Amino acid sequence: MLARPQAKTLLRFITCGSVDDGKSTLIGRLLYDTKLIFDDQLASLERASRRHGTTGEDVDLALLVDGLEAERQQGITIDVAYRFFTTPARSFIVADTPGHEQYTRNMATGASTADLAIILIDARKGLLPQTRRHTKICSLLGIRHVVVAVNKIDLVDDPELAFAEIVDHYSEFSTALGFASVVPIPVSARFGDNVTSSSQRTPWYEGPTLLNYLEAVDVADEASSASFRFPVQWVNRPNLDFRGFAGTVASGAVAVGDPVVVAASGKTSVVERIVTYDGDLSHANAGTAVTLVLADEVDITRGDVLAAPRDRPEVADQFAAHLVWMSEDEMLPGRSYLLMCGTRTVPARITSLKHRIDIHDLSEKSAKTLELNSIGACNIATDSPLVFDPYGENRRTGAFILIDRSNNTTAGAGMIDFGLRRASNIHRQAHSIGKADRATALHQKPGILWFTGLSGSGKSTIADLVERELHRRGLHAMLLDGDNLRHGLNHDLGFTDADRVENIRRVGEVAKLMVDAGLVVICCFISPFAAERELVRGMVAEGEFTEIFVDTPIEECIRRDPKGLYRKAQAGEIPNFTGVGSPYERPQAPELWLNGAAEADQAAAKVLAFAYPALM
Amino acid sequence: MSYTVLSKASSGATPFRQTANTDLATAIARYAAAGPETPHGRYLTPHLRRLEAESIEIMREVVAQCANPVFLYSIGKDSTVMLHLARKAFFPGLPPFPFLHIATTWDFQDMIRYRDLLVKALGIRLIVHTNQDGLDRGINPIASGPTVHAQVMSTEGLKQALDLGGYDAAFGGGRRDEEASRAKERIFSFRTPQHTWDPRNQRPELWNLYNGRVARGESIRVFPISNWTEADIWSYIRAEEIPVVPLYFAATRPIVVRGATLIMQDDERMPLEPQERLVQMQVRFRTLGCYPLTGAMESSSETVDAIVDEMLASTKSERQGRLIDHDETASMERKKREGYF
Repeated sequence: MLARPQAKTLLRFITCGSVDDGKSTLIGRLLYDTKLIFDDQLASLERASRRHGTTGEDVDLALLVDGLEAERQQGITIDVAYRFFTTPARSFIVADTPGHEQYTRNMATGASTADLAIILIDARKGLLPQTRRHTKICSLLGIRHVVVAVNKIDLVDDPELAFAEIVDHYSEFSTALGFASVVPIPVSARFGDNVTSSSQRTPWYEGPTLLNYLEAVDVADEASSASFRFPVQWVNRPNLDFRGFAGTVASGAVAVGDPVVVAASGKTSVVERIVTYDGDLSHANAGTAVTLVLADEVDITRGDVLAAPRDRPEVADQFAAHLVWMSEDEMLPGRSYLLMCGTRTVPARITSLKHRIDIHDLSEKSAKTLELNSIGACNIATDSPLVFDPYGENRRTGAFILIDRSNNTTAGAGMIDFGLRRASNIHRQAHSIGKADRATALHQKPGILWFTGLSGSGKSTIADLVERELHRRGLHAMLLDGDNLRHGLNHDLGFTDADRVENIRRVGEVAKLMVDAGLVVICCFISPFAAERELVRGMVAEGEFTEIFVDTPIEECIRRDPKGLYRKAQAGEIPNFTGVGSPYERPQAPELWLNGAAEADQAAAKVLAFAYPALM
Repeated sequence: MSYTVLSKASSGATPFRQTANTDLATAIARYAAAGPETPHGRYLTPHLRRLEAESIEIMREVVAQCANPVFLYSIGKDSTVMLHLARKAFFPGLPPFPFLHIATTWDFQDMIRYRDLLVKALGIRLIVHTNQDGLDRGINPIASGPTVHAQVMSTEGLKQALDLGGYDAAFGGGRRDEEASRAKERIFSFRTPQHTWDPRNQRPELWNLYNGRVARGESIRVFPISNWTEADIWSYIRAEEIPVVPLYFAATRPIVVRGATLIMQDDERMPLEPQERLVQMQVRFRTLGCYPLTGAMESSSETVDAIVDEMLASTKSERQGRLIDHDETASMERKKREGYF
């Protein structure tokens, strides 16, 4: 019966296993035995069984679940299908996930919202590589309860022995994965043994039937006991008198009068109202969709996370994570993806791939990239700080997807393990005087004039002229020069690619502080890599970064060679010298292009004509 | 999830129960005013609250991510529940998107009357689109047959309206329990610039992270009530006292029996075969599509309570009354690939 008594709970589970292990048949059996197949569906099933079926005269229950035409023809499940059934004790949503190797990404999809997994194992075949892989994915995606359904138990000569061996083999590798419970049940999906009623064929098995167990298993929702987290989805401003923050309580609870902090900015306020269509609430628990009104006018937009001030989430721009790759285009460390975590989307890149997980023995193998359906551990850097909790503590604030920027497909799914910088516990102090206040006092608009070009291209000469003229016109400017900073702040850095990246990152941070102080910052750095120039651009507000490319042919630079460096580099005395042993990535679209072969004062005049109006 | 409502709903109010004879204007006015005598969630079970919260989250996500969403309003019970969820999601504001009805000109008269009353009472913006080219070509369900009529007037009409509005997202009331190919569709379901669906190339959809990014011309169809069942829909309509098209409630109506299907004569456009006769039968509609393609069922369920009971005892699936769905094998999947909802 479809009857749904009041106050019943919901269990979401997935079924996984290899091709032909009988997943779809098992779900078909559950639907059939709980009387959830309608007469007309059964009639259509009988027609389809005669056409595509594999069970002779019997109704092929798998066809009930394998909905798509392509699947019927191939006899495999090619995508996640969601099924619904209800017993007097519980409501169930089942994700039927594919066993075919190339569709592992869909299994991860089904697992992401499941409380429990049924892992099917063919009693005749025992554990297969996919069994291990699926179990590992379940563990990674935070599923804590597993049922090992040893299927086709009617087809082996000594079912008791076969069952015992499979249970042994399974626990050998699953123990290390830390599930809260692993329950093995011998079943025959085709004939219904131990699915909804106890089997005469397995008198040696004394445990519950599969359905009894699913109705009884306790999968206490951990989200409600965790700390308060509220990712802001949308700012609701229907008129001038109302400004509310719409979202769903991701974990914990909130009550009117509670103090809350905007995790990224450190600004605090107090919950004034919890608004819903059904009337204001006194409090709201995890899973409730509400609109919060705060007591103060705080700057909050989509992507911000409101949290309990005493128990804040981590805030960091680098973290370690596990990644399941889902795109046919392999994952490339260094490439920019869009990372979506909660309601926030930021550009991000994988800075290092620590290892790939071998699905056969779950060992860690070194790798340079991740291809479709592989799993790896990596470090990720975001362009701006991300607010998160480790996935093990909070599934909703620790999960993310990576989106391919070229075609908008979902390329990967990740689980955050931990933040990588101590910054995660250094919560930003919100100051009452901001950048705009300081700049106003200086009667100017702050910004960065970033000169990039080869050594000897004339950057420093032009920049010096620009700084002198800005100073003469009464602007507060500061020149940062590569060579000068390498004597102090960056004296520990060499000229490898990694050190060059770190050099520019530090310069960027210093320049950002000066912009915050209201200054015009003139930076002269070879800065050979486009990615790092973009990194600095991303550190300041839009329009505050002006990239100026001093384009001088390398022959001219070598001819000038003001510091004698090209001579040494060509003699092999300086390795990794830009233009000789190390590449220079030309800016594709700088705000300003200068012909470095021309006179320096002409170039400086061009810079002033372009930049000065924006700084006033 | 737990709720403590501070104000509004007063307990002990008599539940509102609509029948086929209830004055629609009065019922809709009561619903739109949402006064203290209306339920405000107090009859919702934990299970329905959970479904409601998920749907609200999905609708807000669309408005936050997409530039120009539209709500496909079919006037049926699922669409009407979804409209109620939209009122909740954006409260105290109105839903910040227009509502689009693809009118085939063969919609039941009751549906149009209900639609116009509701839209006026709620103050939402409704766009009605009809495939004029199809009309000019004389396409109609009787002469052209159900398949051609649905393809031209529904699917093509929908594509025209979506192109005309330049929408990058469209809400639809599809549910995964309806049909096998729907069971596999994502909540955010990607469509090409030609509005086609490729079931083999869907974006993975994990957790509650919905990827609504599209390039120019592409779009997302969004199904906020994917995880609701037919039983959930009726339980929710009952709990929230939402008025629906009166055709859902049993009444004596003029019927022609064709094979196993009961066709209601809604106007003079439907010719009778020589051997056919109109009979008065007590029927209701389980699903509302185009007249005369949607069959009625014999039923004495005059209120939502009776419908819930009747449905729980039913041994037939919901779409069984629709002629277009079993016109050909796997027809829903084909239609969906072509751009049907």
